[in-house]
Amino acid sequence: MPKVVTDIICPFCGTLCDDIECTVSDDNKTILSVKNACAIGAEKFNHQKLPGRVTRPRMRQADGSFKEVSYDEAIDWTAKMLVASKKTLMYGWASTSCQAMSIGHEIAEKVGGIVDNCATVCHGSSLIAIEDVGVPSCTLGEVKNRADRVIFWGCNPAHAHPRHMSRYSIFPRGFFTVKGHKGRKIYVVDCRYTDTAKCADTFIQVQQGYDYELLNAFRTAARGESLPDTVGGVPKEKIYEVVAELKEGRFGIIFFGMGLTHTMGRNHNIDIAINLTRDMNDFTKFSIMAMRGHWNVTGSGQVLGWQYGFPYAVDLSRRDQARHQTGETTSVDLLVRNEVEACFYIATDPGAHFPVDAMISSSKKPTVTVDPHINCTTEISDIHIPVAMVGVETGGCAYRMDNVPIETRKVVDAPEGMLTDEELLTRINKRVDELMAAGGA
Amino acid sequence: MSEYIIKNGHVFDPVQGLKGDKADISVKDGKIVDKAGSGAKVIDAKGKTVMAGALEVHAHVAGPKVNAGRWYRPEDKHFDSHKKPGITRIEGGKSIPTVFKTGYEYARMGFTFAMEAAMPPLYARHVHEEIHDTPIIDEAALPVFGNNWFVFEYLKNKEIENAAAYISWVMRQTKGYGIKVVNPGGTEAWAWGLNCLTINDPVPYFDITPAEIMNGLMAANEYLGLPHSMHVHQNSLGNPGNYEVTLDTLKLAEGVKPKNNFGREQVMHSTHLQFHSYGGDNWGNFESKAKEVMDYVNKQDNITIDTGNVTLDETTTMTADGPFEHHLHGLNHLKWINVDVELETAAGVVPYIYDPNIKVCAIQWCIGLELALYAKDPMRCFITTDHPNAGPFTRYPRVYSWLMSKKVRDERLNTFKNADKVISATNLAELDREITLYELAAMTRAGPAKALGLSKDYGGLKPGMNADIAIYDINPDKFPSSGPEIEKAFGNAAYLFKDGKICVQDGKIVDFGNKHTFWVDAKVKENKLVVRDIREKFLRYYSVNEANYPVPESYAPHQHIITVDATQA
Repeated sequence: MPKVVTDIICPFCGTLCDDIECTVSDDNKTILSVKNACAIGAEKFNHQKLPGRVTRPRMRQADGSFKEVSYDEAIDWTAKMLVASKKTLMYGWASTSCQAMSIGHEIAEKVGGIVDNCATVCHGSSLIAIEDVGVPSCTLGEVKNRADRVIFWGCNPAHAHPRHMSRYSIFPRGFFTVKGHKGRKIYVVDCRYTDTAKCADTFIQVQQGYDYELLNAFRTAARGESLPDTVGGVPKEKIYEVVAELKEGRFGIIFFGMGLTHTMGRNHNIDIAINLTRDMNDFTKFSIMAMRGHWNVTGSGQVLGWQYGFPYAVDLSRRDQARHQTGETTSVDLLVRNEVEACFYIATDPGAHFPVDAMISSSKKPTVTVDPHINCTTEISDIHIPVAMVGVETGGCAYRMDNVPIETRKVVDAPEGMLTDEELLTRINKRVDELMAAGGA
Repeated sequence: MSEYIIKNGHVFDPVQGLKGDKADISVKDGKIVDKAGSGAKVIDAKGKTVMAGALEVHAHVAGPKVNAGRWYRPEDKHFDSHKKPGITRIEGGKSIPTVFKTGYEYARMGFTFAMEAAMPPLYARHVHEEIHDTPIIDEAALPVFGNNWFVFEYLKNKEIENAAAYISWVMRQTKGYGIKVVNPGGTEAWAWGLNCLTINDPVPYFDITPAEIMNGLMAANEYLGLPHSMHVHQNSLGNPGNYEVTLDTLKLAEGVKPKNNFGREQVMHSTHLQFHSYGGDNWGNFESKAKEVMDYVNKQDNITIDTGNVTLDETTTMTADGPFEHHLHGLNHLKWINVDVELETAAGVVPYIYDPNIKVCAIQWCIGLELALYAKDPMRCFITTDHPNAGPFTRYPRVYSWLMSKKVRDERLNTFKNADKVISATNLAELDREITLYELAAMTRAGPAKALGLSKDYGGLKPGMNADIAIYDINPDKFPSSGPEIEKAFGNAAYLFKDGKICVQDGKIVDFGNKHTFWVDAKVKENKLVVRDIREKFLRYYSVNEANYPVPESYAPHQHIITVDATQA
């Protein structure tokens, strides 16, 4: 009899929907159907049964082809690479559990690795801004229960966080928001008319690259100062009108994404958005939240935070001190400048997201990729070690975009004999210990 | 397990009334015993001070706001952040140390337990992940209830039994230890940008007052018979003239009787009282009201307090008192973090520099010390820095030096830039009292253990108790006279035994011990109404499903569960 597993946590984006239901085959091996998930989330679950899935490590041969090897062999090769390299980039972590990260950090501390996560090419600029000016924020349930002014700035949840709008930000009815969507005013600020903008009461089309100026104008308007006729392509009347509406609200929230973090100004865009939020708290209640994209990237920042005090790009290569310096200890910069001797990628696909120059540099170094799937990075690696999918085939803790941790669930068994990230890292850690005790370092 | 005899030390133990008497302490199987076997290892403690392991009653050491502080203050890692030789991991941070450093530093100072003072239930998994990663010391966490919608609704209708049933449910889901209250009502008001500054200000929408919340939670606490009492951070923290609110709050405990099987005698623990003992009505005429507050505390047996001593450092303030942090940010304009947590609480974080050149900071420093020096019963007054709010916990040795030596503290007081103004706004200059080692043992060991309901096994050195023992290189007959000497001795335990294992030797970590997570499982009668209310709130208002709310066992692999049976209450 197929059985239904409920309250499953979706392993795709930072929204961490926790109401997924799957029907699972009698032998606990196959997900037959997925309920409640968005199209991308459902696909994540369906990957579990994709034909041709790699279930054993593969090692690159002299002719460039891959040959299946045992986990023991792959672990030994990986540990030797880590011990031999004075400075290893250990990048990724966003699709694995906090428990696995913790073991990875222990290895990094021993071998002198640099632990970095996807924030480095995503919300790293937001984190820099938070280091500079702090951040007034809230949990997503607060938005659902209280928010009557919702701004999406440079983000497009309709595509990137498909259920965000229905679970938290636009449509849900909450305790003080009994009218749901009708009780909220929705604003979208973007340089394109996105699918999210279709849900907005007000769409503000900012000229590309002028977000900083427009945010500055919002602050200026909030303080009742004068503005030029247009700012970033937006007429001043519009700016005054929107700011007046925001002030009339009881609880406002700004959600922002890559349209702010990776356009001209970067961390300064976030800095001024946070300062606008801060200013608005003189008039009403206002919060701001980064639309963290890659599933548990927030968790990687949290674990690095409590173990070393920095949210990403943590350089442990001195082995007695943790360092964090954007531009210096960040993955892309390290690769482009050829500053690392080896690469260990886990639970993320830098091959698909890093600049080409960085990946060309990476491809010339000894590289291990740990990932359930074949991806762009596995194809330039010396070894690909497949593992069970976290949140589908094994549990573990993940953090939502508002930093709320949720323990994910195991839905089905991983293919026979496959290791989880935790098991694999534990064994690599043990092998590193053995090699180092034998004088390997 | 190894056996030890700690020979010839000067033992200070309020549990047995030992005031520096030379006595041998025997350890076997993690417990203190009358006599160890002949093969026991001898530890020579001649000329040294022996006390039980210290218990931290209130510190922010694990969880979302602590980590937010670490995240957003890279500059905090500029100080003293490196790996020390030996088995330890990399240590980082000064005012908000990483979890590794937190465990090591407490142990080096002779501590074996720390209470995380504010756990937002929704973030309980985060708190426990950090506790899990903090080495050596035992820890527990207090979930916050003072701004919780369930609690408001039950207490508005005087439904103590339902409130208690809900509290017991939350404590089980979150692996929590007791009832924490932070700015009752005020933090909920803050969700709309407002506050409750007296105990009679109504909470917007919920039609309840802070006084009613605290009365109800005290009643629920005693209904359940929990090991610890209601633990309260009062309204109007940090404001000139707030001592009147403080006295109003303390008076709520009058006539309330403790009911528990743990030997706890208080019904209210009023925390970081330094921040609540202010006179004046602005920063210009700001003054100490420590005497007025302590006069009341001294005659009221069912109250315990902790001090919240200002250490005159650059630090990172953090509290579930969201409106206060916004207010503080308005004063110092440093970076501000805020997190409002659905249905439950909020938190804020702002860096702060307690500058000895600023009069107000120096007065705050005096007030913290005055509270301890005015305390008649050291078993009811505990030393804290409300870490990291008034200063990092790593400054305890320095705080002890100020309390234990009039000379050391007067050197500091008389050299403030505004010494005259500070002295005239406080009473510290007139106080000659020096806290003795015996009183210190009460304020940092026996007292907190009793207030937390742990006195059966912790806070003393009586045979049968847990073998948590700190040995300091202090000869009571030749007590060090300079501040730095006192600090060095208390900051580097000669030995720390945790559960009968040596974890620190000569100030160095030598073993990670057996860390435990303490939590309280209070059993109540089945309460269908509360079960239904919980289900409804999760369906309609929470952003996570009820099934995903609990903290799984794996987060506290070494748990120490204290069971309370309130089914007959």
